[in-house]
Amino acid sequence: MSDAGGVVKKFMFVNRKAPYGTVYALESLEVVLISAAFDQDVSLAFLDDGVYELTKGQSTKGLEMKNFSPTYRALEGYDIEKLYVARESLEERGLSEDDLLVDVQVVSCAEMADLMAEQDVVLSF
Amino acid sequence: MKFGIMVNEGPYQHQASDTAYQFAKAVLAKGHEVYRVFFYHDGVNNGTRLTVPPQDDRNIVTRWSELAAKHNLDLVVCVAAAQRRGLLDESEAKRHGRDANNIAAGFRISGLGQLVEAGIQADRMVVFGD
Repeated sequence: MSDAGGVVKKFMFVNRKAPYGTVYALESLEVVLISAAFDQDVSLAFLDDGVYELTKGQSTKGLEMKNFSPTYRALEGYDIEKLYVARESLEERGLSEDDLLVDVQVVSCAEMADLMAEQDVVLSF
Repeated sequence: MKFGIMVNEGPYQHQASDTAYQFAKAVLAKGHEVYRVFFYHDGVNNGTRLTVPPQDDRNIVTRWSELAAKHNLDLVVCVAAAQRRGLLDESEAKRHGRDANNIAAGFRISGLGQLVEAGIQADRMVVFGD
């Protein structure tokens, strides 16, 4: 399905929303999974309430919604391994790296801005 | 320059679609190319021809259709997002056993690969959303 013609661009998917209050996080993850088929240089950024997408122990039974958080652990299998999390966003919410269900790189907002500046395509959700 | 445009919010509820439309118009007026407009999340609702806004208001859906006809734009609605929200074309309606379709003129339904491909092909990808 890939139609990249050999072009490899740096794609960053920016996740800013909590996982369940709206559908953004779930539909963002669907784009990320599709992007893996295009052999691009993909990274994910998590900031603001988006850091909640990666927290351990999510339970959605009471919401009657699908818990899609295990999918983040499967990203490695798609060769998507660059996950950046904003330190300030974690700290503001009383979270640390230990609360997250995947290995990530915690970076400052300033470092995140530098990473964004390096990208060819930034899709924000 | 070749622009890709992504619209992530529905019509009227949010200004994103209006701004994306004005941006597309401005881009075309300056002689640039719009490679594709991709509608995602509630943005897929920009593609239903059953929209009936009050007469003294802008018609966001027909405005997109008209711009597409004039400039031969590729307006793509994400199939997965569209199905969740009840937006079907004729073949999707048939496939899912529904008795009607509601896609507006100039829009087509396709997969998320079209978004990634637009990101690859366009010189600039611009996202309009919340």
